[in-house]
Amino acid sequence: MVSANTDLTYNSKIEGDVIVSRADAVINWIRTNSMWPMPMGLACCAIELMAVAASRFDIARFGAEVMRFSPRQSDVMIVSGTVTYKMATAVRRIYDQMAAPKWVIAMGACASTGGMYRSYAVLQGVDRILPVDVYVSGCPPRPEALLDAVIRLQEKVKREPSARRLFSA
Amino acid sequence: MATDFTFPDSAARNAAGEAEPEKMSLSMGPSHPSTHGVLRLQMELDGEIVTKADPVVGYLHRGDEKIAENMTYNQFVPYTDRLDYLAPLANNMAYAIAVERLAKLEVPPRCQAIRVITAELARISSHLMGLGAYAIDVGAWTVFLYTFGEREKLYRLFEELTGARFTTSYTRIGGLARDVPDGWLKHVAQFCEQFPPILEESMKLLTRNKIFMDRTVGIGVISSEDAIAYGLTGPNARGSGVPLDLRRDRPYSGYEQYEFDVPVATGGDCYDRYLVRGEEMRQAVRIIRQAVAKFPDGPWFAADAKRIFAPPKDKVLTSMEELIQNFMLVTEGPQMPAGEVYFEAENPKGVLGFYIVSKGGGVPWRLKIRSPSFCNLSILPKVCVGALLADIVAILGSFDFVMGECDR
Amino acid sequence: MPSDDNPRSESAATAFKARFPQAVDRPSLDHPAVDIPAADVPALLKFLKEESGFDMLADLTAVDWAAGASPRFTVVYHLYSTARHDYIRLAAGCPDDSAPVMPSVTSLWPGANWHEREVFDMFGIRFEGHPDLRRILMWEGYPYHPLRKEFPLAGIETPLPDLEVAAETGAGLKPAPMMGGPFVASTGQINLTEAEPGAKDESWTERHEKPKP
Repeated sequence: MVSANTDLTYNSKIEGDVIVSRADAVINWIRTNSMWPMPMGLACCAIELMAVAASRFDIARFGAEVMRFSPRQSDVMIVSGTVTYKMATAVRRIYDQMAAPKWVIAMGACASTGGMYRSYAVLQGVDRILPVDVYVSGCPPRPEALLDAVIRLQEKVKREPSARRLFSA
Repeated sequence: MATDFTFPDSAARNAAGEAEPEKMSLSMGPSHPSTHGVLRLQMELDGEIVTKADPVVGYLHRGDEKIAENMTYNQFVPYTDRLDYLAPLANNMAYAIAVERLAKLEVPPRCQAIRVITAELARISSHLMGLGAYAIDVGAWTVFLYTFGEREKLYRLFEELTGARFTTSYTRIGGLARDVPDGWLKHVAQFCEQFPPILEESMKLLTRNKIFMDRTVGIGVISSEDAIAYGLTGPNARGSGVPLDLRRDRPYSGYEQYEFDVPVATGGDCYDRYLVRGEEMRQAVRIIRQAVAKFPDGPWFAADAKRIFAPPKDKVLTSMEELIQNFMLVTEGPQMPAGEVYFEAENPKGVLGFYIVSKGGGVPWRLKIRSPSFCNLSILPKVCVGALLADIVAILGSFDFVMGECDR
Repeated sequence: MPSDDNPRSESAATAFKARFPQAVDRPSLDHPAVDIPAADVPALLKFLKEESGFDMLADLTAVDWAAGASPRFTVVYHLYSTARHDYIRLAAGCPDDSAPVMPSVTSLWPGANWHEREVFDMFGIRFEGHPDLRRILMWEGYPYHPLRKEFPLAGIETPLPDLEVAAETGAGLKPAPMMGGPFVASTGQINLTEAEPGAKDESWTERHEKPKP
């Protein structure tokens, strides 16, 4: 007896626990929901970064509370604070040590453009040495602004052609 | 950088002809969770014991002193926020008083009372952060979350008063940016009511905790002679038995009206410094309660400071004289007489000093910031020798320094 | 307001000036201040530390009076007495304007070690007798002394300290884009036309490169 399939959604009795989807969707979904930050906490923005990790703003809701200071275990480097020329070399080295796929959030005015420190010792924006994905303005940005940046980064990652990159030579 | 290390010489022999133990060079930082910012410690280890420690600072040197030579006195206030960024209101106050000393300007009692309340709230905020970060370094996550919860309440108070959670830029030369809003003092009093029990609870997790005591008692001992010789100030000096506190010894901004104790410990180890900070928080609450109770009415900016403090905005928009005055103040800055001053304030981290050399006009000729963390860190090469590697983390946490202030 | 003209601190400073005639009064708005010759700095500071009770070195810094002034560099010491709770300021001009030198006081206060390194880093003043005089805030090998008056706030182009990273990123220490700023009047001038909020140097912006001299 043939009956029309009126189900509009996934029905495990029919599909048998097999979901068919695009590889990109699955890979990006996994990546966005467990983005472990590498907190490059340099100055005052680092305190707001810690406030985001604390209980009121709770970055754990986004799967990102694992702030390991180890570059090998992180996905996104959150550059929070003024990058001086002396520190720039260390920041770049740590970025190089991160495993792909990796992203960078430039948090705050100092990381984005050098901020109010237009002086001889400050790198005018971390994008002079790193490719930045999301810039957050503010001095320091409110924790909500940083969470907004995390969400924007998640949306950016969701649009990436990950499967092609992963499976290509 | 690879060229910084000198690798141990495996052919080295000591006087008796025995092979020298091979020492390992370890560089801790500048990006490290326990260095409280960008401090780099180049250490030489013999097994687990540190034989030589050389701190490398300057990773956050932003050129504040050079910037100060190009900014008017009021334009520099946001830079003072970002010195000790855990207690910006205290830095704001220290800088404002230093510049006011240059002009020999007295601010009215209400302004002084507001400055004292905000400085003590900043002290609580800074010590909570120090406590939380110290606890998390030594392994106690919970204390960090509790203290940050309290800090969020403080941030709410700061935001209500100044508009920013921290980096407040609240003081101006000759007064403040704005008066206290209605109801703020009530909120401060409510905070002071609910804070002590939570502080006791957080400290109870650590004070008689065997693991915490094992990690901090007897570690990082600093004698009081060393504390004075190296210029240690604040809780680090008071933890070593040096009873210095500028609020009591050279009162400024009306501190002489308030009754408070200055905790001094005699041991000089990490545990003592932790206890001193805890007690200072309780004393800060005591000062705030007195200040709120005695809160005076009156103006909140210095009178008769025509070339220094901006006139009220409604006058600026309607009256010609005030308009010109405002214009000159904004473009040229508060006009200060020529001369030199040095003023030190008791900040949460220690003694923050401003040495200002003025040749007249609105821009200083030289501004030197005497930073407590810079002086506190100078004792590290001596304190770290002989400690175990795990103790270094405890020592750094007990110093409670901040690199923004150290490097300026 | 604490009495900076409190009799005990005045008497310590007066006794000091009477004992050492080479210590000359220095104009000061708050604490007692004296000018002393550079060669006498260790001896006089030792006296103040051991005999006068100024046991703590509060601050050690320097001032650059710009090329043309002589002495061009003055090293300023602030001493604090933990017993009497007062300060004294001592200023010593460096004898040589082009290669300034000053005796070190690290033997009196070990804490002066880092202060003197910072003064060396920022001004280029060498301290004789310092155990380890090297840069502290800028990296080793940085060629300039930033707080000297002729050094521009924006900085001078220099290669990055780490050659690998410099090669990889193509970045170097470039002068900060001042856009002709900072937008503030010059020190000490109260002239309305010159006090207009204009750029200090209007010959260049971020789009138009600064014309090479």
